[in-house]
Amino acid sequence: MGQTKLLRIEDFKNPNFKELVENKNKLVHTFGALAELGHEVASRSNFQETIRTSLHLVLGSLGIMRGGVARYSRFEHELNMLAVRGLGDFFPLSLELCYEDERQFLTNGLHPIEISQASVLPFFQVYDRTFENTKLELFVPLVISDEAVGALFLGEKASGEPYTNYDREVICAMGRHIGSAIAQRNLLSEIERRSDENRKLYDDLKMTYADTVKAFAAAIDCKDKYTEGHSVRVGKYSEIIGNELGWDADKIEGAAVAGYLHDVGKLTVERKIINAPYRINAKESAELNKHPAVGFEILSPIHHPYTDVPLAAKYHHERLDGHGYPDGLYDRQIPYIAKVVNLADSFDAMTTDRPYRRRRPAADVFDDLQRNAGKQFAPEIVAAFFRGILKELNGEVKDKKFRKLLGREYMEADGLAVSLRTSLNSMTPTSSLTRIKAA
Amino acid sequence: MNTEAVSLSPAGVKTAVVYADDYLNKLTGEKIERECRQRLDEGCTELIVDFSRTEIVNSIGVSILLGVIDSAANAGAKVVFSEVNENTAELFDMLGVSRHAKIVGQ
Repeated sequence: MGQTKLLRIEDFKNPNFKELVENKNKLVHTFGALAELGHEVASRSNFQETIRTSLHLVLGSLGIMRGGVARYSRFEHELNMLAVRGLGDFFPLSLELCYEDERQFLTNGLHPIEISQASVLPFFQVYDRTFENTKLELFVPLVISDEAVGALFLGEKASGEPYTNYDREVICAMGRHIGSAIAQRNLLSEIERRSDENRKLYDDLKMTYADTVKAFAAAIDCKDKYTEGHSVRVGKYSEIIGNELGWDADKIEGAAVAGYLHDVGKLTVERKIINAPYRINAKESAELNKHPAVGFEILSPIHHPYTDVPLAAKYHHERLDGHGYPDGLYDRQIPYIAKVVNLADSFDAMTTDRPYRRRRPAADVFDDLQRNAGKQFAPEIVAAFFRGILKELNGEVKDKKFRKLLGREYMEADGLAVSLRTSLNSMTPTSSLTRIKAA
Repeated sequence: MNTEAVSLSPAGVKTAVVYADDYLNKLTGEKIERECRQRLDEGCTELIVDFSRTEIVNSIGVSILLGVIDSAANAGAKVVFSEVNENTAELFDMLGVSRHAKIVGQ
């Protein structure tokens, strides 16, 4: 084990001692700058600010009068200045590189190049005068993982002395930090770009999906001349309900899709049953009542961007009191989306003409919905639907969806708003069935 | 940091005194740089940066002071760093700052 050497009086008289102390101070100062630079690069603060600070640290650590940091754009073969100090107003903001320059810089790696000795490269020939006028002495290609990401431009030292090997080592170390910051930023920009592309692709896919859904809805509605537009209307009513229930945009879109596709199973039901101009018999009714289960089978293998679309098709004829079909489910056993579509579907059935009857007056329909809240329909869904209608009647919404779907005359029947408000006030937020179950 | 009003000496030298804070880093340094530039634009021919309250000058501080020196040189003005403590004076000496500005110790 070595012994610690104590300093003696003679040591202080040694001419090398001053140099030793100065070197120690230099080391401490440089080490401080390197530590600060590392912290700055890792701090994830504003990129532009990080580069500006980095330049300060390089210049201040070695006492360099002027300099700049540039980012390399490999698509445009340009060095774009990110930060400059003391280079004057006429220093170019972008400097072009040719293929040969880039190749040489990559070969050179992250080592300072003496500008006065590098006139063989086109880059230094082109900008010869600029570098001379701004008293730039060193050019440092910032090469990170075999990729040119930028460059450092450094002017003369304040001491007037030439750059030493020690200075070059320090510059290399600091350049590596700055280069990493630029590479990180490039990576982030690339991720953002790809993320934007993916978002666009996803939006396109969603649009294609929406168009396909609408085409399906039109195909379903085509089978029945009396219920033309039924699926689209059910989709729109479901959307209104979702909105009133405070759902997020995705969930509301999902509700609309569930509405559009709820009757997809009818595609397999004979047209004569669907279009029968009379009340259908028990056999025909059994055939028609298969459509929810068939719809579920059609929709299940599809990967929908929204959940529960197949469930809405399967259970949109279930009732809270268990008297619905196909499974006679009871209140909470019924998927919520199916309850929403059930109300929208029933409302449309009551408010459109059928081969065997005319549509019912609005007041009559709303009265029916209120009476059946807690039996067929979930009360809070009926309430949400009433709120949506009331908002339109009170002029609180610009888009008059109900008026467009049902006609102005129908929606402006006398006393409709008052009766709706009364119904809404008298409704309990949960169904009696739910309360019994909870108790 | 604050600035003493610009004074005019009998010889016609317009002098401004700028006071540095206890720690000369980016935030305080940039304030000094802005202040000095403003004084130079106003026609000051001598800038005195007073370091009497300054304990530490880091690398960013050095870079900013070199910027002040450069701006002053371009404007034909002299720069004096006054009331500089021993450590900072050594730092200025080591980095060659003292070649471009007069350093006056505490």
